[in-house]
Amino acid sequence: MSTDTIGDSLTESSGQLYRRLRERLFEGGLLVATVMGIAMLAVLLAYVTVDAFSLLDPEYGSWVDWQFLTNLPSRTPTEAGFLAPIVGSVFILIVMIFAVFPIGIGAAIFLEEYASDNRITQLIQINIANLAGVPSVVYGLLGLAVFVRGMGLPSGIVLVGGLTVGLLVLPIVMVSAQEALRSVPESRRQASYGMGASHWQTLKNVVLPEAMPGILTGAILALARAIGETAPLIMIGAATSVFSVPTGLFDTVTAMPLQIFNWHSRPQPEFRHGVVAAGVVTLLAVMLIMNAMAIYLRNRYESDEL
Amino acid sequence: MTTEPTQDTTDGGTEAGLGADRDRLISTDIDAGDRATTPSETVVSSTDLSVYYGNEQALKDVDIEIPEHKVTAIIGPSGCGKSTFLRSINRMNDQIDSCRVEGSLGFHGKDVYDENVDPVALRRKIGMVFQKPNPFPKSIYDNVAYGLRIQGKDDEVDLDGAVEEALRSAALWDEVKDQLDSSGLDLSGGQQQRLCIARAIATDPEVVLMDEPASALDPVATSKIEDLIADLADDYTVVIVTHNMQQAARISDKTAVFLTGGKLVEFDDTNKIFENPEHQRVEDYITGKFG
Repeated sequence: MSTDTIGDSLTESSGQLYRRLRERLFEGGLLVATVMGIAMLAVLLAYVTVDAFSLLDPEYGSWVDWQFLTNLPSRTPTEAGFLAPIVGSVFILIVMIFAVFPIGIGAAIFLEEYASDNRITQLIQINIANLAGVPSVVYGLLGLAVFVRGMGLPSGIVLVGGLTVGLLVLPIVMVSAQEALRSVPESRRQASYGMGASHWQTLKNVVLPEAMPGILTGAILALARAIGETAPLIMIGAATSVFSVPTGLFDTVTAMPLQIFNWHSRPQPEFRHGVVAAGVVTLLAVMLIMNAMAIYLRNRYESDEL
Repeated sequence: MTTEPTQDTTDGGTEAGLGADRDRLISTDIDAGDRATTPSETVVSSTDLSVYYGNEQALKDVDIEIPEHKVTAIIGPSGCGKSTFLRSINRMNDQIDSCRVEGSLGFHGKDVYDENVDPVALRRKIGMVFQKPNPFPKSIYDNVAYGLRIQGKDDEVDLDGAVEEALRSAALWDEVKDQLDSSGLDLSGGQQQRLCIARAIATDPEVVLMDEPASALDPVATSKIEDLIADLADDYTVVIVTHNMQQAARISDKTAVFLTGGKLVEFDDTNKIFENPEHQRVEDYITGKFG
C-alpha cells in the first residue's frame, strides 16, 4: 500500500460518518436510560416532600414534626404519630442482627474457607443464590408455618417478625459476606499458612480483618432492605396499626411500611396525603441514615487497614 | 544427658537417647574440624516422590538430598514441577484439593507425609517466600512479628529485638527503622520482598523455601535479594526455585535440574552442573538450546 492510499483511508468517508452517528446515538440512549432512573426517584422525592412538609398548603404546617415522631396512632390526622412503628422496626432489626448475622456470616465463612468444592456445596451455593430471589410473601408464609404454627409462638409479635424478615435477608447477608471473603487475595492466605499459621489463625488475623468492611456493608444494606419489607409481616399477622409501643420480644409489633399502608387506606384526605407522606419521608430518612452508616463503616475500616 | 544417673542406662529408651547424643557429638566435632570439606548433613530428602494434580502427574519419582546450610537451586523449564517440588516440602500442596503425593519426603529423616505429622508444625520449621511479594496489609512491625505472634512466642522473646534482628538479616532495617508503624504495602516491590524474607526468618526456621523470589523485581532489587540469599545460607538451609540460570549459577552451592515430565534429571554441585553436566539434555537446557 502506498503512502497516498494510507493517507486517504484516514479521511472521513460517508461510511465512517454513519459509524460516528451510530455511536453518538448509542451513547445518547444510555444517557436517557440513566436519567430516567434518577428522574423517577426525584419525582417521588419531590412528591412526598411537598406533601410531608405541606409546601403547597401552608395552612397545615409540616406533617413531619416532633409530635408526629412521638405520638401513637390516632383517628385524627393531626394527632397521628409514628412512634410505635419506628420502635417496632428498630426492634425487628435488633432481632435480625442477633439471629441472622451469626448464621449468615458463619455459613459464608464455612462455604468459602472450609467446605471443599464438591457437588453438595455447589448445590447449596445455587440454592442460596436462588433463595435471594424468592418473593418476600413466600418468606412470610414460611415464617407463619415455622414460627407461628410450628413453634407455637403468638402471631404478630416482635420475635416472629424479626425472625421472618431475617429469613428473607439471610441469603443476601450470606452472598455478600461470601463475596467479601472471596475478594481477599489468595496470596495473603498462602503467606499466613507458609508462616505456620493454622486455619483459624489465618482466618482471624488475615482473612476476616480484610473482609470485614465488605461483610459489614453487605449486612447493613440487607438491614436497609429489611426495614422496607411489608408482605412477610402481613403474612405473620402483624397489625398495621398498634396502639402501644413494644417493649419486649413478645409484644405485638407493627413496622413503618405497614403503618404507611394503613394510613393510605383511611378515608380522610389528610391521612392519604400529609400523614402518609410524612411516614414515607421518615422511612426514607432512616434508610438513608443506614446506607450512610454502611459507607462510613466501610471507609473507616478501609483507612484503618494500613 | 551426662547428669543422668548411670543406673538408668539399662533402660532401652535412654540407651537409644545416648546413642543419638553420641552421634551428634561426633558430627559436631567434625564440623568444628573442617567445615568446608565435610559433606553437610542432609536436611530434606525425597525418595520416589511423585505428585499428581488430579490425573496429571507433576513430579515423577524424585530422589534428592538437600544439604544443610547450603543454597540449593532448582531450575528447569516452565511446567517442569520445580514449584510443585518446593511446595511439597512444607506441604503447601495440601491446600489444593486435587493434589496427591506418593513416595516419601523426609525432613531430618522424618517423613513429612506421615499421618501423625502436623503440617502447621512443619511449616513453623520450614519458612517460605513466594514469587510475588505478599506482605499483609499491616504495619512493617506487625508483618515481621506475625510468625512469632501466631506461634505464641511473642511472650517468650523480646519482640522488638526479634523484629529488628529479622529486618537486619533481611538487609531492610536501615531503610525502614524510622517507619516501622507504616504499612508494609507502602514499600517498593523489592523492599516488600525483603520484608517477606524478614517475616519468614523472624521465627528462626531451619529451612527457607523461595519460589522465584526475584522474578517480579527489577535488576537492582534482584541483586539485593541475591546478596541476601548468600548471607542467609550461614544460618539457614535455603532452597530456591528460579527460572534464571545465571541467578542459580551466582548464588547456589547445589543445583537440581528438573526437565519436562516432572523428572529430576541431574543434581550436583552448581559448578559441576554448569561446567560439566552428565546429561546432554541438561547441557542443552543450560546452554539455551531448549526450554
